[in-house]
Amino acid sequence: MSILGTRVVRVEDPRLLTGGGTYTADVRDPRLEGALHATFVRSAVAHGALRGVDVDEARRMPGVVDVVVGAEVDLPPVPGTVNRAMARPYLAVDRVRFVGEPVAVVLTERPEQGPDAAELVVVDVDPLPPVVGTDAALADETLLFPEVGTNLVAEAGAPDGATAPDGPAGCEVVVRQRMVNQRLAACPLEVRSSAAAWDGGRLVVWCSTQNAHGVHDALVRAYGLDPADVRVIAPDVGGGFGAKIGAHPEDLVLPWLARRVGRPVRWVETRTENMTAMVHGRAQVHEVTIGGRRDGTIEAYHLDIVQDAGAYPAMGAYLPRLTQAMAAGTYAVDRVTSRSRVVVTTTTPVASYRGAGRPEATAAIERAVDLFAAEVGLDPAEVRRRNLVPRFDEPHTTAAGATYDTGDYPAALERALAAAGYEELRAEQARRREAGDPIALGIGVSTYVEVTTGPYAGSEVGWVEVRPGGDAGVEVVVGTGASPHGQGLATALAMLVSHHTGLPHDAVRVVHGDTDLVAGGTGTFGSRSLQLGGSAVRGAAVEVVEQARRLAAEQLEAAADDVVLDPATGRFHVAGTPAVGRTWAEVLAAAGVPALRAEHTFTATQPTYPFGAHVAVVEVDTETGDVRLRRLVACDDAGRIVNPLLAEGQRHGGLAQGVAQALYEQVVFDDDGNPLTATFADYAVVSAAELPSFELVDMETPTFVNPLGAKGIGESGTIGSTPAVHNAVCDALAHLGVRHVDMPCTPERVWRAIRDATR
Amino acid sequence: MIPAPFDYQRASSVDEAIELLRQHGEDAKLLAGGHSLLPLMKLRLAQPSVLVDIGRIADLSYVSETPADGRVLRIGALTRHHDLATSELVREQVPLLAHVASRIGDPQVRHRGTIGGSVVHGDPASDLPAALLALRATLVVRGPAGERSIPADEFFTGFLETAIAPDEVLTEIRVPAVPGVGWAFEKFNRRAQDWAIVGVAAVMTDGAGGPGVGLVNMGPQPMRAAGVEEALRAGASLGEAAARADEGTDPPTDLNGSAEYRRHLARVLVRRALETASG
Repeated sequence: MSILGTRVVRVEDPRLLTGGGTYTADVRDPRLEGALHATFVRSAVAHGALRGVDVDEARRMPGVVDVVVGAEVDLPPVPGTVNRAMARPYLAVDRVRFVGEPVAVVLTERPEQGPDAAELVVVDVDPLPPVVGTDAALADETLLFPEVGTNLVAEAGAPDGATAPDGPAGCEVVVRQRMVNQRLAACPLEVRSSAAAWDGGRLVVWCSTQNAHGVHDALVRAYGLDPADVRVIAPDVGGGFGAKIGAHPEDLVLPWLARRVGRPVRWVETRTENMTAMVHGRAQVHEVTIGGRRDGTIEAYHLDIVQDAGAYPAMGAYLPRLTQAMAAGTYAVDRVTSRSRVVVTTTTPVASYRGAGRPEATAAIERAVDLFAAEVGLDPAEVRRRNLVPRFDEPHTTAAGATYDTGDYPAALERALAAAGYEELRAEQARRREAGDPIALGIGVSTYVEVTTGPYAGSEVGWVEVRPGGDAGVEVVVGTGASPHGQGLATALAMLVSHHTGLPHDAVRVVHGDTDLVAGGTGTFGSRSLQLGGSAVRGAAVEVVEQARRLAAEQLEAAADDVVLDPATGRFHVAGTPAVGRTWAEVLAAAGVPALRAEHTFTATQPTYPFGAHVAVVEVDTETGDVRLRRLVACDDAGRIVNPLLAEGQRHGGLAQGVAQALYEQVVFDDDGNPLTATFADYAVVSAAELPSFELVDMETPTFVNPLGAKGIGESGTIGSTPAVHNAVCDALAHLGVRHVDMPCTPERVWRAIRDATR
Repeated sequence: MIPAPFDYQRASSVDEAIELLRQHGEDAKLLAGGHSLLPLMKLRLAQPSVLVDIGRIADLSYVSETPADGRVLRIGALTRHHDLATSELVREQVPLLAHVASRIGDPQVRHRGTIGGSVVHGDPASDLPAALLALRATLVVRGPAGERSIPADEFFTGFLETAIAPDEVLTEIRVPAVPGVGWAFEKFNRRAQDWAIVGVAAVMTDGAGGPGVGLVNMGPQPMRAAGVEEALRAGASLGEAAARADEGTDPPTDLNGSAEYRRHLARVLVRRALETASG
């Protein structure tokens, strides 16, 4: 029996759970001997002209070796994403654009000396009007980049989609709603951290990142170095959720500082820095227009997006393209249009966060479908039944332009509804409403489809090396260009290699996150690692087996085509005569080779599209507005599952973060652009105490896109659960006349919605 | 998250702590469990120049009945929330207090934080002060001039301000025993570990003062629901009394709720607390 599809426990855990992890701050390396500690001085003002930075007093503090201001950093600024003119300096030079923007950096002998000195740096700012919120940005009254002439970073799509006569506006039933897909913080347990050392002419950087290779390429660009002269190492990384894709300006400036002072430099940020200066996610404002017939047929849909990119256009400037591509969701709607506008505001820059652009698309259309169902007086599950794309095994291209690989949305919906006991829930809801129960029951349904590996065909590299050693006589070292940071990918890769080589999975060691060990990797994000990285490692394993099989054939004096590998024992033998064979160790020894090695790059022909359906049950205390999530049923289909335990872990984490968006989390700035959610006391990260035991429903619809048949699972839970819970809250209040409550559905918001609807 | 520089002194007795406070004046702060003070110091919102650690004074952690009549529970100021919550004596004699202690923060906080630390911090968002107000507790403090007792009603004087002098140490909390008396605690928060957006501690004592109702997060300091208590003494119905829950309060507006919402919550939660306590 193959190890694939079984619940192998994570090989990573014994080390990580017993304190054996090595995070960037833990790295003890000779090249970091004598490293100085960087403390960034950050703007306390959201927007202003930077008149000067007085560092004299700070320079005199104990342990201070150097204090650097922005004008001294002679590196080319980081071009803006999508709009290159909105470039970002490493340290602010003549203008500050958000609270938390680095203005200066203090280098000290010991880490605790940094904050004392940093406090004494005097930053002289002439305040300018803040630009907070997308409406203020679109008004273009105050410009973040006067030389660009507008706060608009980019615009794409059909501006008249909502009003065009052949769009939703021309339908029998038209429903419109403005809704906020609020800004979130990624909140990785490990904050950002980097260390930089010049080793002769070579630059070595340790960085808490989701893709060492992305940091490598950014450093090559910033410093004009030969790619071979830069090595980036991502040691253990304590979570990223999209916010640690690539490098932040703080990471990129460390080598410059190290070169200036002639010593290595390392940096670990505080939690408050993480909450204010690491990129945020989501931050879109939507206006949905959905049209159809009274019988529940949806005919047209328009999504208008305004993306708050924060102070400098980073990945956030690109997110709406993903949202637009996925605008049609799971529905067979003939006319789907969208428009996006991206603006800069004087707030923390926005980039990827778990799902990155796709949760926003799902949130918009799933709320829209519920609003439409309410308008035509039909059950929201029934409206979905009538409009879902039927099962397809050949690619399906939507009206929004995306080409889905495989899917069976109706089956996912029916499974989720059945597992939830949907009809009984509706009956219970009716009973409570009849009885005037102040604790209202809400039932929310969502269906989702998302794009994994990114919008284009992705690729990843992997290698497999079998060499003498270990209990099994040989050990296997696997290199992957993916960069796992909590997902358990090493376990999955070890299982794939075990399946193909017949060697035990615990004889497999996986290396990753080091640009010297794996050339040309891409990293871990966009739910890509198993389907691309796993397919690459699978390819390498197959090639290594082929090398060994040919050697074994020579040794067994048989034709190569006659020799087979018995996956159960890891022995090569002539087909039909298993008694006479060679183990891997024997093949290697007899061949006199130190190791067998193969490298494989897997390139997909297109992205994959996992999908599913979620049902959430909430109770709302109509007197106080308090919402409690009672049940969450999640049917998630990510194609073939290599390890159900790992997949469930990804789903659990994703569901929790999705629930958090619906009910708890929100990054808030005041009118002056001051961050109000800079600590975990104010930013409501969800915890296990607020969550029910998740009810997972399994479904596997393989994809043809890769040999594993696997799609991504990292983001699915987040994407499906947010609208399910959000719809459940709105559903609970429907009988009171409430039509919509924005996320997060905080008690006060819910209370006000009830009060406004009933008075 | 590195505090500003400070000196650290460990006191092995209350007298030594008082002496250290006298020496260092207002720049010194007592450190007990540290779960209010240390986060403020890490954020540099508090920058005391000297910390006087009283956390290891073992004889300030106890729960015992007054020998004379057994009607007053004496609780050492360094008694940790977890010990308060699990004390058989407290659960029997003042169940409200044990319950309130069990709902503070999370297990880590409850195993480090102390009742004395929570009380002298005077945070209107803390649960224990409201409970002590409802229970009409007395705070015993000791200073260079000796010991004095302060009724809870006179102890909380303003935002994070109390009647304790800079050179005094809170040593004991005395709580009238109320075995078998109806009580309730309504803690309204979004997440289990959060401070209450609004909290209500109620105990249906029938003595001279009548029922006691304390409010969490309804003003700059811990306070009692005076209007509710007055209405109950006058024989009003629970509903009528609860309608006066926000009388005399001055609730804050913050990320978790507006003042208007808190006033509404106070009325709902007081009604629920009174119903539970009377049920």
